[in-house]
Amino acid sequence: MNAPLYKYGMFGDEMSLLIAFVIGIGFGFFLERAGFGSARKLVSQFYLDDMAVFKVMFSAIVTAMLGVTYLGWMGVLDVDLVYLVPTYLGPQILGGLLLGVGFVVGGYCPGTSVAALSTGRVDGMAYALGIFAGTIVYGESYTAIKDFVNAGARGALTLPEAFNLPWGVVVFAVVLVAVGGFYGATLIERRVGGAK
Amino acid sequence: MSEYEPSPGDSPYMNPYLAGVGLGLVLLAAFVLMGRGLGASGAFSSTVAWLMSVFAPAHAQASEYYQGYLSDGTHPLKAWLVFEVLGVMAGALFSGLLAGRVRLSVEKGPRVSNGPRLAAAFTGGMLMAIGAHLARGCTSGQALSGGALLNAGSWAFMLMVFVGGYATAYFMRWQWR
Repeated sequence: MNAPLYKYGMFGDEMSLLIAFVIGIGFGFFLERAGFGSARKLVSQFYLDDMAVFKVMFSAIVTAMLGVTYLGWMGVLDVDLVYLVPTYLGPQILGGLLLGVGFVVGGYCPGTSVAALSTGRVDGMAYALGIFAGTIVYGESYTAIKDFVNAGARGALTLPEAFNLPWGVVVFAVVLVAVGGFYGATLIERRVGGAK
Repeated sequence: MSEYEPSPGDSPYMNPYLAGVGLGLVLLAAFVLMGRGLGASGAFSSTVAWLMSVFAPAHAQASEYYQGYLSDGTHPLKAWLVFEVLGVMAGALFSGLLAGRVRLSVEKGPRVSNGPRLAAAFTGGMLMAIGAHLARGCTSGQALSGGALLNAGSWAFMLMVFVGGYATAYFMRWQWR
């Protein structure tokens, strides 16, 4: 098998849209299952009494990362053909900060707001309207901020390349950070949750 | 429209590690089938570009930003992320119905009324949209998808999301605690 299947021409654009819908169903299903259609559950990450955001996110990252790594080593998946968003360090640092602020102010991120609004959360709908408004604000100011947005382009850049380390070493480090984080997060939850 | 209160008939949320592994397998399927990760904010951008092309065609034509979504000749809503987000709506609704969690309600803390909460939700969405554009992706497209691919920019981004969230939490206690 040669994967990614789409990049090897195993199916066309119409089929890819059907696959998008099916993958989306899986994505939305697990978001809602985890409780991520609830703003209160999500922001609890930042009040330290429920760290499900970290636990779900890092379990997902480790699962997909190990999958990509093993399928790559087995020669099934051509990892170089999987799209990497190019790195622009400055805009991504500022963008991340804004997202973090927006997360606690709004209670969601874009994906979780979709899970919230489709399960009847009116604040999820208000949040989605805010995304439309913010997109227009960005679109209208694009010419003015274009230089900053495109500053510091580093192209497709992975952590192993950036730190000149073997891929497997970084994978191992991420697993260690995740497992240590799970342990620490549970300790913090108990301490903060128990103090209430 | 009332505050969302879990009722005794609701199922508890899934174990976070199990849900995470499920999410990770969905993400892996996207890598293997499509050679790309998951996303969310991009679907909103395509929709806004389409609305602009319908209601203000001359303006959309003149804008470098909107042309990024409109100029390739296909309909802007015939985009991978638009279909994926429609799937997210369906999948979340299905899970919510199974668990008895679908209710017209507002998620908020005990000390805030609906008006300020909805205004804050709107404001948060705006901040997030601007941030996601600067970062070239949101929690789904950058943190989750890029995180699993060991993308350097994604990890810098993810760290900053947590920094921004924790730095803001104290000032938003009125909304949540």
